[in-house]
Amino acid sequence: MGKLIATRLVRLVLTLLAVTFLTFSLTALLPGDPVNAILGVDAPRDQETIDQIRADLGLDDPFLVRYVNWLGDAVQGDLGESYINRGQSVAGTIADRVPVTAQLAFMAIVMAVILAVPIGVIGAYKQGKWQDTASSAGVQIALSIPNFIFGIFFIWLFAVQLQWLPASNWNRLSDGVLANLETAILPAAALAMTQMAIFSRLVRADMLATLQENYILAARSKGLSDRFILMRHALRPSSLSLMTIIGINFGALLGGTVVIETLFAVPGLGFRLINAINQRDILVIQGITVFVAVVYVVINTIVDLLYAVIDPRIRKS
Amino acid sequence: MSTTESAPHRPDFPRDRLSPVSTATQADAAQQGKPRRSTPRQTWKAMPFLVKVSAVWLVLIVGGAIYAKLDQHVFNGALPLQDPNVQTNNFNPATGEFGDGEPLEGPSAAHWLGTDTIARDTFARLVHGSWVSLIVASISAAFGIIIGGLLGSLVGFVRGRTETLVMSIIDVILAFPALILLLALVSIFEVRDLFVISVVIGFLSIPAYTRVARANSLAVSNRDFVLAARAIGSKPRSILFREIIPNVLPTLVSYAMVAAAFVVVVEGSLSFLGLSVQLPTSTWGNMINQARGDIKVDARQVLWPSLVLSMTVLSLNQVGDFFQKRGAVRDAAI
Repeated sequence: MGKLIATRLVRLVLTLLAVTFLTFSLTALLPGDPVNAILGVDAPRDQETIDQIRADLGLDDPFLVRYVNWLGDAVQGDLGESYINRGQSVAGTIADRVPVTAQLAFMAIVMAVILAVPIGVIGAYKQGKWQDTASSAGVQIALSIPNFIFGIFFIWLFAVQLQWLPASNWNRLSDGVLANLETAILPAAALAMTQMAIFSRLVRADMLATLQENYILAARSKGLSDRFILMRHALRPSSLSLMTIIGINFGALLGGTVVIETLFAVPGLGFRLINAINQRDILVIQGITVFVAVVYVVINTIVDLLYAVIDPRIRKS
Repeated sequence: MSTTESAPHRPDFPRDRLSPVSTATQADAAQQGKPRRSTPRQTWKAMPFLVKVSAVWLVLIVGGAIYAKLDQHVFNGALPLQDPNVQTNNFNPATGEFGDGEPLEGPSAAHWLGTDTIARDTFARLVHGSWVSLIVASISAAFGIIIGGLLGSLVGFVRGRTETLVMSIIDVILAFPALILLLALVSIFEVRDLFVISVVIGFLSIPAYTRVARANSLAVSNRDFVLAARAIGSKPRSILFREIIPNVLPTLVSYAMVAAAFVVVVEGSLSFLGLSVQLPTSTWGNMINQARGDIKVDARQVLWPSLVLSMTVLSLNQVGDFFQKRGAVRDAAI
């Protein structure tokens, strides 16, 4: 186990180095001089000021030196300052917006699992019957509808037609839990739909395999009720694969938050990223990209390790 | 691109090899000594009804896209299709009159799906929008199959350090959430035209294809016929191009359909965010984005592009799944 953790951690560090390097190179590729972005279009540009800024940013150093310097700062939580909103630190912006995106992602995963498990279980239990056909068709359709279309549909249904919930806007958790949920539930639901489809397909396939096992037959011959067998004996092994697929899909979920936050005007990381892209605010783009990638890589490592903790077979191999 | 990656390894996939259809084909193939290539007519007959509908839909979309481009560039608007960028209520200097169109019109004989918020013909914009999806999907498939396929087949065959190096680079690219990396890449370009968007998405498609190709190349490399080729002294290059790649390619092509579904969604998301091909060029994504402002007045204008986008993705998934299953049958036969 100790050896496993050690190798995973080494791999984690290597991946993180590579990921940060790639993100940093992207920004170095940017055409146009960041000095122009900082000074603005109309600013008078004398060589002295320009040289001063270039020296401040370390733009004249070799590429690798710049990367190492940047990485050193980044590790200490300094991702630089926004070019457009002077004085706003990138790390501060991220810290400010992470809770919002994290809440959305968390709610989406919870909703997706709550919906997916019964759908998957019914599909497997009633294999080949109409319940299975109907749920498989629903899952296929849900898989093919992009999340922003779900989002717009929810806005149309719940905000325009029924007028139960606001179409956009965001109340922070500090404004009260109910007020917060009122604004969070639609974006989270829109994010959850695709995940739900992926999860329930997995649960169904997994359950079909588990239901063939001898211990299920044994449980059945003991006279245990179907419901008990499904929930206790058959579902538990599926939770492992469910956990893995949540980890794998977390990246897609983070990408989804960008679109959904923009649609619902939710002030999370994704919305900020789109703003930064529209303003060509390079350091903010860089900071958010690196942050999201690091979170994604770390979460996948944790899922890997958890998997080994739960399943002894993996630990040994 | 995590969702497409898992596609060829569907958990319910192996069961299909046991279905009666597959055993029959396997037996046929065994009789002839090599896998039989099925004619288009046979493929069509083997399709379940819904897959047929999907295939017809895809043909319509591709045909529509080509028709729209022909109309625009070859016939200069002479073919029967409205101009996607004309605001039908605008003053027309040629006739000296205002157009009779209105914004957010309902369906009519002139405007089959009505008009959008600035009185442009929705049907024409939809048909023209399919061109963007078609091009982005095809170029990404070409990038994936040619570069990713070659790279994956190569490293799966030669193994060793080359494989470790290439696959670790691939893993790093896949370590990013796909859409985030795409956004970061797209933000580099000041001018975002169809060429830039397709090349960026194409470039990002390479890693997933490389993985699929490598996995298949590994499996094929262990087959007896590769050993036989080695034994008669074929050069590694000729083994790669004559034994490995021809057997990896069919899998990649059917993977391309499912990958295209993902790419269409990604391009749609990018357009929806206003970061894909620039206006006034219509894409399904930017039509949805423009129409959602009027959702209280006319929800139909959001509905049409959403429906077309979703149906195209659904069709690509259906047809892609169908070909992957057939491919699995073929794999079992060789």
